[in-house]
Amino acid sequence: MSSDCGSAFIDLRAITKRYAGVTALDCVDFTVQPGEAVCLAGENGSGKSTLIKIISGVEPATEGTIHIAGEERTVLNPRISAAAGVMVIFQDFSLFPNLSVAENISFATQLSQHERFYKSGATRDIARKALDRIGVEIDLDARVEALPVAQKQLVAICRALASQARLIIMDEPTTALTEKEVRRLQSIIRMLKDEGVAVIFVSHKLAEVLEVSERVVVLRNGKKVAEGPAKDFDTQSLTYHMTGRDVPEVPPSDVTAGAETLMQVKRLTKADSFSDITFDLKVGEVLGITGLLGSGRTSVAKALFGLVAPDEGTIAVDGKPVPTGDPQAASQARIGYVPEDRLTEGLFLSQSILHNVAVGRLDTHSNRGLLDMGNLAGEASEWLTKLKVKAPDVHAPVQSLSGGNQQRVALARWLSRAPRVLILNGPSVGVDVGSKADIHDIIRNLATQGIGIIVISDDLPELLATCHRILVMRDGKIIDNLDGKSVTEDDLAHRLAS
Amino acid sequence: MNGWLPKDIWTRNETLVAGVIVLFCVVATLSDPRFFTITTVSDLLRASIVIGILAVGAMLVLVSGGIDVSFTAIAVFAMYSSTVLFLAVWPEAPWPLIFAISIVFGAILGAINGYFIAFLGLPTLIVTLGTLSIFRGFLLTFIGSQRISALPPSMRDFSRGVLARGTTEAGNFYSIPWAALALLFVIIATWFILKKTMLGRSIYAIGGSVESARRIGINVKWTQFFVYVYVGALAGLAGIIHGSVGRMADPFSLVGLELSVIAAVVLGGARLIGGYGTLTGTLLGVALIVIVQNSLIVIGIPTTWQSVTIGILILLGTGVPAYRAKRAAARAG
Repeated sequence: MSSDCGSAFIDLRAITKRYAGVTALDCVDFTVQPGEAVCLAGENGSGKSTLIKIISGVEPATEGTIHIAGEERTVLNPRISAAAGVMVIFQDFSLFPNLSVAENISFATQLSQHERFYKSGATRDIARKALDRIGVEIDLDARVEALPVAQKQLVAICRALASQARLIIMDEPTTALTEKEVRRLQSIIRMLKDEGVAVIFVSHKLAEVLEVSERVVVLRNGKKVAEGPAKDFDTQSLTYHMTGRDVPEVPPSDVTAGAETLMQVKRLTKADSFSDITFDLKVGEVLGITGLLGSGRTSVAKALFGLVAPDEGTIAVDGKPVPTGDPQAASQARIGYVPEDRLTEGLFLSQSILHNVAVGRLDTHSNRGLLDMGNLAGEASEWLTKLKVKAPDVHAPVQSLSGGNQQRVALARWLSRAPRVLILNGPSVGVDVGSKADIHDIIRNLATQGIGIIVISDDLPELLATCHRILVMRDGKIIDNLDGKSVTEDDLAHRLAS
Repeated sequence: MNGWLPKDIWTRNETLVAGVIVLFCVVATLSDPRFFTITTVSDLLRASIVIGILAVGAMLVLVSGGIDVSFTAIAVFAMYSSTVLFLAVWPEAPWPLIFAISIVFGAILGAINGYFIAFLGLPTLIVTLGTLSIFRGFLLTFIGSQRISALPPSMRDFSRGVLARGTTEAGNFYSIPWAALALLFVIIATWFILKKTMLGRSIYAIGGSVESARRIGINVKWTQFFVYVYVGALAGLAGIIHGSVGRMADPFSLVGLELSVIAAVVLGGARLIGGYGTLTGTLLGVALIVIVQNSLIVIGIPTTWQSVTIGILILLGTGVPAYRAKRAAARAG
C-alpha cells in the first residue's frame, strides 16, 4: 500500500460528475476504512447512486482522484473494481432466479478465475464456504426463485464474499425485510466488519442500519452536506440533512366525536390465511393493520377489496353489504385499493401518467362508447396538481417518475373516483424520506375530508404518524387493537415479534 | 441432488410429456397391436431427426431468453445453396464437405441474426421474423426456385447409409439411417456446452436475468452472438440432412415448420421468458409432436385433428404447470 492516502480502502478526492451539463456530484470527498460500515444517505437525485456507480466503475468521474486499496485508479470499469474487491448488492439482488443457490454464489468467482469449464463440485465448494462464513444454512440445490426475499439477500451477500469482497455496497438492504430478518442481517454485518470487510449502506430506511454503522455521510443535490460518527445522528437529524428542511411528523387530529361507522367487517375468515377478522372503521378514521410478513396482513387487505375470496364473513359499507371476493363490487361500493407492489400490481409503467390516472374512470368519460379525451386529461391533471406530483407533463410515462411520485399517481387514480374507503398497502415502500412525509400528509388530509383509510404497513413510525387505531396481526388473527396515540414504537415492535 | 431422481420429478414438464407419450403408446398398441413394433419406432426416429436438431437449436435460443423463428429459412437456404454450389462447381464432392459448407452457410446466416440481436440490441422476435422473410425471399429470388432431384451423388450415398437394418418376423422392413448419428452428435455437443462449460451456464444466466449477467461480468453480447451462430449452424446441418434423406433439394420445404418445432420445445418445459429448458424435455417434446403427427391415425383420430391435438397438448402441458405455479404464489402471498 502506498502511503499518501493512509490506510483507507476507498479514498475519493474532490469527485465531480457532470452529465450533459447537469452536475450530479460536486467536489465530494469520500473515504471508507477496512472493516468500517458507512451509511450513505440522501434522497433520490442527491447523487448517492452516482457516487456508487463511480466507485463500482460503472461511470467515470468527470474530475477528481480515486484510490482503491491504496492504488490510484485513473481507469476504472466494473471488472477492475470487482477485482479490487468492490462488490455491489443491488436492491433487486441481481441474482439468477432460474439457477441454483450454489451456482448463483459461485458464478462470478468462476468467471473471474477465467474458468472455461463448469465443475459442479467446485461450484458447491465455493458456495458452501461462503455460506459457512456467515453461518447460514441454505439448500445449495434450491432454485433462487423459490427462496424468500431474506434468503435471496443472503445469497447475494455470499456471492460477494465468494468473490473476495473487501467492500460490500448494499443498496436499500432492509426495505423488504422484517424486523427479525433485519436483526440477523445486522449480526452478519458485524461479523463481516470483524473480518475487515467494509460496508456502505445506501438507504432510505435509516434507523436500522445506523445501529451497525460507524459513520454517516449525507448527500443533497450532489454535495456532501453532513458527515460524522453514526452515534451523532438520529432519524430526525438525518431527515433534516437529507431534505434540508424539518419534516415533523404530527400525529393525526382526532376523529370527530360521534363519527358514523363507515365500514363494518365481521368474522372474515379464509383457511390457512386469516381468521375471525372483525373491526369497524369510522368516517374520517385512519386504521392501521400491521404484522410481520406472513401474518396475513396482505391477504386481509386483498380480501377487503375482493382480490382474495374469504371463506366466511361479511363486509358492509354504510350498512349495505358488499359481496366478498369481487373487486368490481368493492369498487362500486367505493372502496379503493392501492397495492403494496405498485410497480407490478398497480400501475402501467410504460404508459402515460394521464392514462394511469384515467384508467379507473374510463366509464364516466365515455360518450356512447367513445372516450372524451379532453375531459379525461383535465381531470387527471387536476389530481396531479392536488397531490403535487412532480412531472413534466401528463403524457410522460409513469416509469420516468420517482417512487414517491409514482405512489401519488396510484393514489390519484383512486381519489378521482371519490372513494369512501381507501386501503393503502405499504403506502411508502421504496419512497424517499421527503415524499414519505408528503404521503403521510396526504393520508391525514384525506381523513379529515371524511374518507375512511386503512393503512397496511410494517413501518412502525409510519403507522404512528398516520393512524388513529392500530390492529396487530399474528398467524392470521388480530391479537391487539391499540390506540395510535398511546402506543410507542418499542411497544409496537415487541407486540409484533413476540 | 441426493437421490436417484430429482426432487421435483412429479411437477416437471418432462414427466408430464413422458406420461402422455406412454399413455399414447399404450392406447395405440391396444387399438392396433402392430403399432408397437421396431418398424414404427424406426419410422418415428427417422421423422424426428431433422425436427430434433432444429428443436435443440430452438431450445438454446429460448433458454437464452430469446425466440428464433428464422431457423427453418436458414436451414432451407443453407441446404439449397450449398447443393446448387456443389452441383455447379464440384458435383463429385464427398458428402462431409457438402455438409460442412451447409453448416458454414447456416452459421453465417445465424451470425446475421446474432449481429442484430446481440450487438444492436434489437428484439429477437422482430429480427428473426424479418430475417425469416429475407432469407427465404433471397433464396427464391437469387438462388433458385426449382426443385432439384439430381443431387450430388455423395448426398444420395449418405441417405443410403444405415446403422442398422432388418426385417421383422412379420415381414416389415426397418432401418436406422446414419443421420441418426448426427442427431446424437448434436445432443452430446449441446449437452456438453450447456452443462459443462461456463459458456453454457452463461446462456442460462442471461436467460434468467440479462441485467444480473451484465453486472457480474458475463460477456452478454458474445454469448448471445454465439447462441445465434450455433443455432444457424444446427439449422444448416438439419437442412442438408433433410435434403439428403428426402433426395431432393426443395427450396419450398421446411419453412412453416418453425412453430411446430417451438411447440415441441415449449412442451418439453422451456419457458418463453428464458432461463428454463432441458435437452431431455426438448427431445420428449419432439417425440410427442412426431408421434402425434405420424400416428394419431392409429388410435382412430383423423389426421385433420393433428393440429387441434397439438394445440390442446400445448395448452395443457404448459398451462397446467403455469397455473399451479400461480396458485402456489398466491398461497405464499
